[in-house]
Amino acid sequence: MAAVEFRNIDIVFGADQKSALRLIDEGRSRDEILAATGAVLGAAGVSLAIERGEICVLMGLSGSGKSTILRAINRLNEVARGEVLVEHKGAAIDVARCDENTLRDIRMHTVSMVFQQFGLLPWRTVRDNVGFGLELRGDMSAAERNRIVDEKLAMVGLTNWAGKYTNELSGGMQQRVGLARAFATDADILLMDEPFSALDPLIRDKLQDELLDLQRRIQKTIVFVSHDLDEALKLGNKIAIMEGGRIVQAGTAEDILLRPANAYVAEFVKHMNPLNVLRGTAVMRPAASLARDGDAVVLDRDGHVKVKVDADGRPVALDLDGRTGVLATADGEAGLIDDKLAHDADCIVAPVDLKLKAAIELKRHTDLPILLVDSLGRLAGLCDDDEIYRGLLRRLDG
Amino acid sequence: MYDWLTEHKIPLGIWLRDFVDLLTTHGQGFFDFVSLVLGALIGGFTAALLWVPPLLLIALFGLAAWLVHRSIGLVVFIVGSLLLVTNLGYWSATMETLSLVICATLVCVVVGVPIGIAAAHRPWLYTAIRPVLDLMQTIPTFVYLIPTLVLFGLGAVPGLISTVIFSIPAPIRLTHLGISSVPPALYEAGKAFGATKTQLLFKVELPYALPTIMAGITQCIMLSLSMVVIAALVGADGLGKPVVRALNSVNIAMGFEAGLAIVVLAIVLDRVCKRPERRARKG
Repeated sequence: MAAVEFRNIDIVFGADQKSALRLIDEGRSRDEILAATGAVLGAAGVSLAIERGEICVLMGLSGSGKSTILRAINRLNEVARGEVLVEHKGAAIDVARCDENTLRDIRMHTVSMVFQQFGLLPWRTVRDNVGFGLELRGDMSAAERNRIVDEKLAMVGLTNWAGKYTNELSGGMQQRVGLARAFATDADILLMDEPFSALDPLIRDKLQDELLDLQRRIQKTIVFVSHDLDEALKLGNKIAIMEGGRIVQAGTAEDILLRPANAYVAEFVKHMNPLNVLRGTAVMRPAASLARDGDAVVLDRDGHVKVKVDADGRPVALDLDGRTGVLATADGEAGLIDDKLAHDADCIVAPVDLKLKAAIELKRHTDLPILLVDSLGRLAGLCDDDEIYRGLLRRLDG
Repeated sequence: MYDWLTEHKIPLGIWLRDFVDLLTTHGQGFFDFVSLVLGALIGGFTAALLWVPPLLLIALFGLAAWLVHRSIGLVVFIVGSLLLVTNLGYWSATMETLSLVICATLVCVVVGVPIGIAAAHRPWLYTAIRPVLDLMQTIPTFVYLIPTLVLFGLGAVPGLISTVIFSIPAPIRLTHLGISSVPPALYEAGKAFGATKTQLLFKVELPYALPTIMAGITQCIMLSLSMVVIAALVGADGLGKPVVRALNSVNIAMGFEAGLAIVVLAIVLDRVCKRPERRARKG
């Protein structure tokens, strides 16, 4: 069961929903629907499943409908048609149709939200802001509440600011209060509506890192709205690109970068830096396409360099025209390798999800070919100069 | 044409008189009851204020001002002003007026704030009551003084009712303004965390609107004070009485002193009601 799933939802703002829906079915654009009915198309035919523990980024220019569908998850926006399924206490609840009490229960326990303009209450202290959601529940003592609040404040590094009013804090700190408030209810699903857009770039970058760091520990399902592609690629396991109320492409960062679904997406990703996005899997020459010589895989064109693999396909030894070569394992995350090891080695072994940036770093440092292995240590592919250049130029088909 | 127009007068005034007559004949019990309750309210307040020895009460006022505002200057001003009023011989009249103002404000808040909230939540309601509020503030006071006199009899109660009619638009308007200017982001934050309608009102809307509502109440106090002379015309006790008497007997000295007492009371109330310094902004 997905944590959140949109099933063919349409959202229309305005009185004449019926005729607007009819025009949606005819596949009309937002402008045509506005001209004909006076209703504004918020979203049309959106289907998307977001798995538990995933960060899904909804991307698009302003007015593309990304916030609109985000707000449908906790029914701040009403859905005209379709289902919004949210996993709540082990069952999939259709938020668009559930009764008031269930909705309130979902808002209090399962889904929490972080806002672009922070949405903090200026007459409350930081502590009372963070405890707001718990206070609305009304099911715990003030002492118990403060204990949880202090824990969340420590999590976002604001312990010393608990007694301050929110307008005494900088923007970055205010949004940390917003984050702590969202964490306080221990909701599994976190909605983030352009939470970092109002912050300056340095603070934004820092908060993105903090969010990723927190996510590694707490494993929430995060639905994140952004108009910044760099942010989307950095944070998202899955990215959905929207235009005019419709999803034009949904997939991983690599998918979108390498195989844009249409000209709109292509334009969007044109100026994107692929270094941090592409991974070994996307650029490598797969092991299956390399020539074989008995139990060895041939790595170069002339057949001088071969790597022996065992029965499971793990690389075990290197054969350089009869001479035995040395395989050295690199740290795939950072693109680092021990200097001495690199000096002796003839070939580098790295995990297959090696980022392109790390691969270039290794290449620059050692000038050795890189063998990519999967999580079980089996040879997955080869990444050498040619693969890296094609990755940079995004010419992966030829 | 002109003759025809003047001969066939539309009996607007007569209709209203008949309506008031109808109210007096059929609703007398109700109006007597309201009169009794409000009369007891004002009487009680006045009695309580006059029961405390003047000098002790002045000291208490000074202490309260200090606790709220922490300003020596203000305390000195308040104590000095009240001593001056006592010296002029208007202590009990001042307390009667104060009691009338407090009661009128109380009624305005109890009735006006909920109306303001309801109007902010329902735009059609505000559209409907806006002309009524305009009417209440523009129609000459003497005009509704007559029916209130008929319905509630002579004394403090018709004075109170007239004062309320005149001052209640202020808290209604400002409550409406405060509640409707709650930023949508705060409203949504409340909803997103599962607030019920009541929780939204008490934990988001009212705290946000509080400064504006307080401004409305301060205005209401000032407007009520400006009605004391008119209230005196229908027999309400207080500082209005000496003013009316001075007017009738062309007594410049008495008129000036009583007028001065009203002004002093107005300034004291205004300074006391000003909100204490807001919490520090950017730190």
